[in-house]
Amino acid sequence: MQPKLGITGWLRWFWRQLTSMRTALFLLLMLAIAAIPGSLVPQRTSDPNGVTQYFIDHPDLAPVLDTVQAFDVYSSAWFSAIYLLLFISLIGCVIPRTKHHFQALRAKPPTTPARLARLSGFTTRDAPAHTDAATAITHARTLLKSSGYRVARFDAASESSVSAERGYLRETGNLLFHAALVGVLITVGFGGGYGFSGQRVLVEGQTFVNTLLAYDSFNPGRFFDDATLDPYTLNLDDFAVSYEQQNLQAYGQPIDFTADVTVTPKGGAADPGVVKVNAPLRTNGTNIYLLGNGYAPTITVTAPDGTVVFSDSVPFLPQDANLTSLGIVKVPDGLAEQLGMIGFFYPTQDKMASGANFSSYPDLEYPLLTLNVYTGDLGLDDGVPTSVYALTTDTLTQQTGGATGVDSIELKPGASAELPNGLGTVSFVDNDPAASAAGDFSQSVSRFASFDIHHDPTQVWLISFSALVLFGLFTGLLVPRRRVWVKASTRPDGSVHLEYAGLARGDDPALEAAVTAMADRHLKLLKTHQPVVATPESPRRDDLGLHRESD
Amino acid sequence: MNLTDPALLNSYSLYALYSAMAVYALAFIAFAVDLARRSSAVDAIEAADLVEVDAAPASGAAASAGSTRTLARPALKQPVLRRISARMDNDAALPYGRSSSLRVGVALTVLAWALHLAATIMRGFAANRVPWANMYEFAMTGTLLIMTVFLIVLIRSDLRFLGTFVTGLVLVLLGVAALQFYVEVAPLPPALQSAWLVIHVFVASLATGMFALGFALSTVQLLQFRRENHVLEGTAAPRGAVSSALRLRFLATLPSSATLENLAYRINIIGFILWTFTLMAGSIWAEQAWGRYWGWDTKEVWTFIIWVIYAGYIHARATRGWRGSRSAWLAIIGFSAVMFNFGIVNVFFKGLHAYSGL
Ligand code: HEM
Repeated sequence: MQPKLGITGWLRWFWRQLTSMRTALFLLLMLAIAAIPGSLVPQRTSDPNGVTQYFIDHPDLAPVLDTVQAFDVYSSAWFSAIYLLLFISLIGCVIPRTKHHFQALRAKPPTTPARLARLSGFTTRDAPAHTDAATAITHARTLLKSSGYRVARFDAASESSVSAERGYLRETGNLLFHAALVGVLITVGFGGGYGFSGQRVLVEGQTFVNTLLAYDSFNPGRFFDDATLDPYTLNLDDFAVSYEQQNLQAYGQPIDFTADVTVTPKGGAADPGVVKVNAPLRTNGTNIYLLGNGYAPTITVTAPDGTVVFSDSVPFLPQDANLTSLGIVKVPDGLAEQLGMIGFFYPTQDKMASGANFSSYPDLEYPLLTLNVYTGDLGLDDGVPTSVYALTTDTLTQQTGGATGVDSIELKPGASAELPNGLGTVSFVDNDPAASAAGDFSQSVSRFASFDIHHDPTQVWLISFSALVLFGLFTGLLVPRRRVWVKASTRPDGSVHLEYAGLARGDDPALEAAVTAMADRHLKLLKTHQPVVATPESPRRDDLGLHRESD
Repeated sequence: MNLTDPALLNSYSLYALYSAMAVYALAFIAFAVDLARRSSAVDAIEAADLVEVDAAPASGAAASAGSTRTLARPALKQPVLRRISARMDNDAALPYGRSSSLRVGVALTVLAWALHLAATIMRGFAANRVPWANMYEFAMTGTLLIMTVFLIVLIRSDLRFLGTFVTGLVLVLLGVAALQFYVEVAPLPPALQSAWLVIHVFVASLATGMFALGFALSTVQLLQFRRENHVLEGTAAPRGAVSSALRLRFLATLPSSATLENLAYRINIIGFILWTFTLMAGSIWAEQAWGRYWGWDTKEVWTFIIWVIYAGYIHARATRGWRGSRSAWLAIIGFSAVMFNFGIVNVFFKGLHAYSGL
């Protein structure tokens, strides 16, 4: 008859199911399957533009996918449910195993089985003459102990034996592995909450102060307090690039980007530093990464009366591998009309057959700046935040380029041009006019670097847990756990018969070889000790305990 | 010959690679001939058995659970029967020695491997860096490691019967690499200039080598298990069974499914440890290069999926009802995911790991 299950009975049953190996396996496989969609559909966290594009390309499908969180797979309810259940199962599985393992660590090896012949690696030897059973076992015990086995000795009238077990580290490693996985999950889950990440573009010569307002964009973690930002300064002294020129197959491919910076802690001394693509600068509790770079032509706009109404090095965003770059200039004040310009910068300008400009090399060989001029309402006064990298042309009138019939303004470094409608003058400032005059434009235009600045206090934890995971895995999978028995029995004629056998606990490819090696070493030991007249060592009391391990 | 000229070195590397492929092809044939010979040896023994119907049950020498009287008969004729390996259970239903074609296959494989190694090293010198920075080079180094793992394992356990599979796999991958993925030598872009390129990619390739062998063993294990079942049910009549139609009679000369399962497990767990390291090294590198250690980039997703599948495989081995064939299927799915990650994700999926060089 089925016993009735109360609420606790059901809970107990459910808990047993959840923490069973079968459930763990099922959840693992579910986790693998659930992770797949995130690689097929763009994800908001890793590819936000891809998601936008997906909505444009698949207007019917995308909203449906969105309702099942297909664009946020790894933070979705269903994905989270699977891994949370998995980890609950893991914890529920590891705790009782840990308890059991602690008991096993204190238990003694079990009694020697009556018939060793059925076990792995069974082998027999004849003890050298004049060696009695008890002595043989004394030596076997020493040998096993020195090989890292825990031993228990059993003596009877005509038969002595030693039972040995080793490899508790295997289970220890396994438990450590699983526990460290929980550590990794918790660190990853909460770790992000205590840090922040922010982005900032710096043109050569510019300085940034690590404060909230100085960031171009800033993403604090849930538990991050902005007030804790350490207001050090970061100055971009120089940004050096080098491009492949020898190998024609890879001509123009970037070889190196190096940002030379100066970091000055609040009230401290200036400290030079370097940021490279694979080498972030770790300073003042933050990590500074170099994630992008490009050109920042210095552009000046002057009103007809000679007042400078705009002068700045404007970061132009790279559009292709040869750094054809796109930039925006907005001049809201000081001219008769508000002025907007869309500029293209070509570090090494070339012309296609169609007459269109393009850049044929990413470095400054033959720089050219072209500008399309717009006038009208820039929309800056509505209080709506606008991007410095975009110009809304709806409310503007185009004055040069495109369909206007007026050529775009084209400027070499150091050159100036009249703006249409007598608005004023625009100039492209040359940083190194002397060299440019000699045909070397390499220093004529400033560069910018875009930095990611992160603070994540939990990275140390994460790497520590990962190391434990790896260590636990090594020992949990590779340390053999085995039992070995040596039995010595005295034959009627007084000679001593030795038997050896082992038992694998878990995968143990080397067991048989280990038993044979043990037998050989034991015999060798007995032979070297042969002349000594054997006096049977009285068995130690604790060795006689007939404990049987429950497993 | 001027060994400092990268272009020249690269063309020598290509010659060496094509030669290696030719020799691998010959090795593949030799291994295939060996399998065919094993099949016909099995046929011969069974034919002999038909004549002496109901001969006395075989001496237990080569018998194992799951083999019938017929297949367990110690065959005294050609080929010489002996233990497959001192290190492996002698539990093939019909232990079979090393035929001359097997020896030729191994010798050719070693030769091809040496050419393959030379090709890879020359490519590295031509590029003046480690030869694994684009798809072509990953494939070249990865297959070299698969082969190296295979040859090293051969010293310890007799897995020569996998020669057909391993040379076949390497040949196909190298062919695709040389024809589809080939790119000229190019310097490392800044994003790849890191010690982690050396460590992370190398260990990943090594893990792939392990998984490839594990995959092969699991596949043979499944076939062997099917044969053993036929034998148990008495349906393995000399003709008619599916395996006979597929000419897989050589299975009788291979280790039992249980032994194959253990071998596969041992190799796969090494692969799993290496893969775990790959995953961790990858996230350390990602932190340095991209400022975050994990971002669910497509390549990261698939690396994670593979890791979870093999974790599942290890658990399956310890789960009642999942040992044996089911866990073998997980190993097979795992390696398929590895190949997918390399071949499909690199080329067709969008992501930060855009280093195929294509
Ligand atoms: C995030 C989920 C999990 C992962 C990634 C994972 C991974 C692994 C790995 C890699 C091993 C072999 C490593 C070693 O022996 O040290 C292992 C073994 C084991 N795991 Fe897990 N595990 C997970 C969850 C669980 C859960 C929930 C349970 C219990 C229900 C469990 C029980 C075991 C057991 C009993 C072994 C030993 C298997 C054997 O000796 O062959 N694991 N696990």
